[in-house]
Amino acid sequence: MSGVAAVPKIELRGVKKRFGDKIVLDGVDLAIQPGHSQVVIGGSGTGKSVMIKCVLGILRPEEGQIFVDGQEVTHLKGSARDTVLKKFGMLFQGAALFDSLPVWENVAFGLIQGRGVSRARARDIAIEKLAKVGLGSDVAMLSPAELSGGMQKRVGLARAIAADPEIIFFDEPTTGLDPIMADVINDLIVSTVKDLGVTTLSITHDMVSARKISDHIAMLYKGRIVWAGPTAEIDSSESALVDQFIHGRAQGPIKMEVRA
Amino acid sequence: MNVFAAIGRVTLGFFRETGRVSLFAGDSVSAVARPPVYWWLIAQQLMRIGYFSLPVVGLTAFFTGGVLALQIYIGGNRYGAESIVPQIVALGITRELGPVIAGLMVAGRVAAAIAAEIGTMRVTEQIDALTTLSTNPIKYLVVPRLVAAVISMPILVAIADSIGIFGGYVVGTASLGFNGSIYLKNTVDFVTRQDVTSGLIKAAVFGFIIALMGCFNGFNSKGGAQGVGAATTNAVVSASILILAANYILTSLLFSR
Ligand SMILES: Nc1ncnc2c1ncn2[C@@H]1O[C@H](COP(=O)(O)OP(=O)(O)O)[C@@H](O)[C@H]1O
Ligand SMILES: [Mg+2]
Repeated sequence: MSGVAAVPKIELRGVKKRFGDKIVLDGVDLAIQPGHSQVVIGGSGTGKSVMIKCVLGILRPEEGQIFVDGQEVTHLKGSARDTVLKKFGMLFQGAALFDSLPVWENVAFGLIQGRGVSRARARDIAIEKLAKVGLGSDVAMLSPAELSGGMQKRVGLARAIAADPEIIFFDEPTTGLDPIMADVINDLIVSTVKDLGVTTLSITHDMVSARKISDHIAMLYKGRIVWAGPTAEIDSSESALVDQFIHGRAQGPIKMEVRA
Repeated sequence: MNVFAAIGRVTLGFFRETGRVSLFAGDSVSAVARPPVYWWLIAQQLMRIGYFSLPVVGLTAFFTGGVLALQIYIGGNRYGAESIVPQIVALGITRELGPVIAGLMVAGRVAAAIAAEIGTMRVTEQIDALTTLSTNPIKYLVVPRLVAAVISMPILVAIADSIGIFGGYVVGTASLGFNGSIYLKNTVDFVTRQDVTSGLIKAAVFGFIIALMGCFNGFNSKGGAQGVGAATTNAVVSASILILAANYILTSLLFSR
């Protein structure tokens, strides 16, 4: 990297988002440099998913600014938003596969609908991407409902990388998987990211996964980033909040709010 | 407990919902004309909304026509006016009962199915996924259903009209002693073009209401399975109420002198 003041790939400045009276994001500041693998950790319901949906424009923040490659995207709509979205691939928490379409069409969806690639060609690309995530062409014709959770995540990953994005978001990539399948998915993320040279933002509350797939970690707590730094430094963060979270202690400054 | 506060809250909530539905309807209608047009999805929805509703609509229309003939006969009997049965059956079916019965049956079948499908897509983030794949969910999900419902309903009602009149004919000839050819002649001579077209116009409006309420409630469902269940119920209830209200307004507009 050039060293001097590289433009962050993604930057959030003072992003605030509320639902009714409930403040979910209360001024989030976060910058992700090109090529970095950023993980944001935080308890369930702290607003991690809301944060990435704000970046994608699925949700609109009330305040603050969001930049992608130095361009402000906070209020973009229509075709300007589409142009920005073409830089992104997203793996949703529950994979969010379209259950009305076979696996290959799920993977090829963005190519066919978003970029006007012919079906025949999109299908070849889909099968190639499925191979990248370790799935044979035999699953291409199956319906998503016929797949296990781990396989659905793989298909979701294939869909996220299908259009060669520059940035990939992973929403809880290992949640709901058994430890072995979780590790398989972690490995897959690490190898695809290395392969494609993309910038990634992952959110998780699984510390094993966070350490494995990140080079930088930030912690979201009460609507703000309370700590951010290289993954190697997380054990010496000197933040009581981070320490409590990474060691999974019930006692400490973080009080579980029973009401979400 | 403050009664006024409660009334105020309900009233505000009502206007807020009305506003949101209107905005959603505006977005959807303006998306109809803009490319891309998903022809295949429209065809698919025509099958689901139109073709698969045929048995339900046909059966209810048949029994409605039959019972109408019976009641008119009994009522007319008091004035010695039993012979009016074919005319009133035809009028009642084409103007009111054909569109309304078909509308309510399709509301139960289709608005529920649309709300459940789109609601599930909402809570499993499939709608968000569409957005990230550069596909406008309104165009991809709402427009095909709206277009298909607006096309299907008049066709369904035209069929319901014929079957309803046939139901009256069966009852009239089999148990009320009407002569078959006279029954048919009276029907054909009496029914005007306006009776039929007014019913078909109503049908198109009802189709719009059904698809709109299904899509709106599905899009706005939250939570898990429970949220989808609530969306489904709301879709059917709101579509049914709106159909009956719109029917009154349309009748007064179409038959005002
Ligand atoms: N569309 C929405 N409407 C209302 N509340 C929402 C919506 N999306 C998220 N929330 C609320 O925001 C909070 C944060 O949610 P989320 O970002 O999904 O948490 P997590 O950190 O587990 O990903 C939750 O309390 C949730 O109920
Ligand atoms: Mg989440």
